Amino acid sequence: MKIFAKVAFVAAFIGSASFAGSITPSDVTFGEDGEVTASLTGVVGDAANGRKLFMNRKKGNCLACHVNSEMSEQSFHGEVGPELDGVAARWNTAELRGILVNSKMMFEGTIMPSFYWDSGYERTLKKFVGKTILEAQEVEDVLAYLSTLKE
Amino acid sequence: MKFKKLITVVLGALAIPFAAVAGEDSQLTVEGQLMVTSVAAPAHMENVDKIFSGWVFRKDETQALQMDDFDNPAFIFIDKAIDTFSKVEGTAGKACVSCHESPEVFKGLRASMPRVNSSGELETIPELVNGCRTERMGAEKWKWSGGSMAGIVGLIGLQSRGMSVDVTIDGPASSMWEKGKELYYTRVGQLNMSCANCHEDNYGNMIRADHLSMGQINGFPTYRLKNAKLNTIHGRFKGCMKNIRATPYKEGGDEFKALELYVASRSNGLTVETPSVRN
Ligand code: HEC
Ligand code: HEC
Ligand code: HEC
Repeated sequence: MKIFAKVAFVAAFIGSASFAGSITPSDVTFGEDGEVTASLTGVVGDAANGRKLFMNRKKGNCLACHVNSEMSEQSFHGEVGPELDGVAARWNTAELRGILVNSKMMFEGTIMPSFYWDSGYERTLKKFVGKTILEAQEVEDVLAYLSTLKE
Repeated sequence: MKFKKLITVVLGALAIPFAAVAGEDSQLTVEGQLMVTSVAAPAHMENVDKIFSGWVFRKDETQALQMDDFDNPAFIFIDKAIDTFSKVEGTAGKACVSCHESPEVFKGLRASMPRVNSSGELETIPELVNGCRTERMGAEKWKWSGGSMAGIVGLIGLQSRGMSVDVTIDGPASSMWEKGKELYYTRVGQLNMSCANCHEDNYGNMIRADHLSMGQINGFPTYRLKNAKLNTIHGRFKGCMKNIRATPYKEGGDEFKALELYVASRSNGLTVETPSVRN
């Protein structure tokens, strides 16, 4: 929790930086195992915002599929994917970023959506065509939050 | 509340297709008649050993509502449909009852639908009803998921309650069935999921507040506590597609009819539960 507070504190100062330099989904470079080393925006993620995105049903909605004890105040945690307690101890930042951007590069055929991917979909509802589920900075924010889940 | 204990056991587990399903051993008796809510999967299902009715996955309170027709809110709509059955409409001055003595004449129909007719077309109950309305009564078509249609389809389905689902998938039905199967396994929408991702790979798991079932249609039309009305099969398909941010196929269109045939065949062996209650 201490780390979480510190990241949020730092982010508060730089959170308003311009996102003009975001890497587009098609320009993301994946490593051999699906990891993504470079930040999508170059702006440090805001963990507090990432926490909100994690539970927001219209954004990450990660809680739909993952148990997360750090959010025990939320009544419903899904069980489609593994528990995310201590996830930052299992995966490094680049790996976690890769899982968020396009989990299919790491877990073939997974049900987990690709959060920063905007092409190759069939029959997408009009208002979501050509869009990613999360914006570049939102990915970095969720990533900053995940990095606080160390045990 | 047997299932709560099971959830904790399954909690956090990855998709376990053959995991014990919560409430598996609870029994559904409706008006004294025992329903088959779990049975060996039909031979065509390659990835599943046993099939379950959606009733099994619902909470005790929701389950109880379906056990007694007085408690089942769907019967408000069934009662309305009984009135509609005798209501004269259209230029021919006829009601359903002018030609069909009572709804009971439709006993058995629901268990075998959809089916391929003598012209080689896949037909569903709403189409049969609208056929009578437009060609025999000189009346307007009903909307696929409108209240009048859902009610009559519920009334017709109720006549087969307790009968074994037994849709034909071979012969002239096979090409439509294959098409439905393909749709079932095709990923769609921005969330990029297929019906199977949720209803085959993950039934029994919680997806946020929802306990995932196998997505069976043996209880349709279904009264949902969520919207307090009868919900049609195609209406439900549409809802699931929108949830994964996919453009739904048209209600009554070829794709949903093929998908209905395929999904119905995944419940061959379960009993018709129309009208069921779900959340
Ligand atoms: C539709 C369900 C679903 C949603 C929504 C979802 N995930 Fe996942 N996630 C999974 C599954 C299933 C896996 C396991 C990978 C596999 O399929 O083999 C997984 C794996 C992971 C892993 C690796 C965990 C480990 O310990 O191995 C992380 C990290 C993760 N998800 C984070 C997230 C985050 C963050 C979000 C929200 C932005 C999210 N997931 C949304 C289903 C989901
Ligand atoms: C003018 C007579 C007439 C009227 C009025 C009429 N039908 Fe029919 N209906 C028929 C005939 C004839 C058939 C085809 C033969 C059969 O299966 O009984 C049929 C078939 C059906 C079938 C298919 C039965 C099966 O087993 O294949 C359904 C369902 C049906 N009608 C429902 C209705 C409903 C509901 C109404 C009122 C909205 C209605 N019909 C009004 C004459 C009529
Ligand atoms: C993201 C997961 C997800 C996907 C993908 C999905 N559904 Fe569903 N579906 C649900 C949930 C949640 C419910 C409500 C709880 C339950 O019965 O599983 C539901 C309910 C249903 C029901 C009602 C079951 C009953 O007993 O009344 C049917 C039928 C259904 N889905 C069919 C489909 C079909 C067909 C597809 C593919 C076009 C599909 N679903 C795709 C999540 C999903």
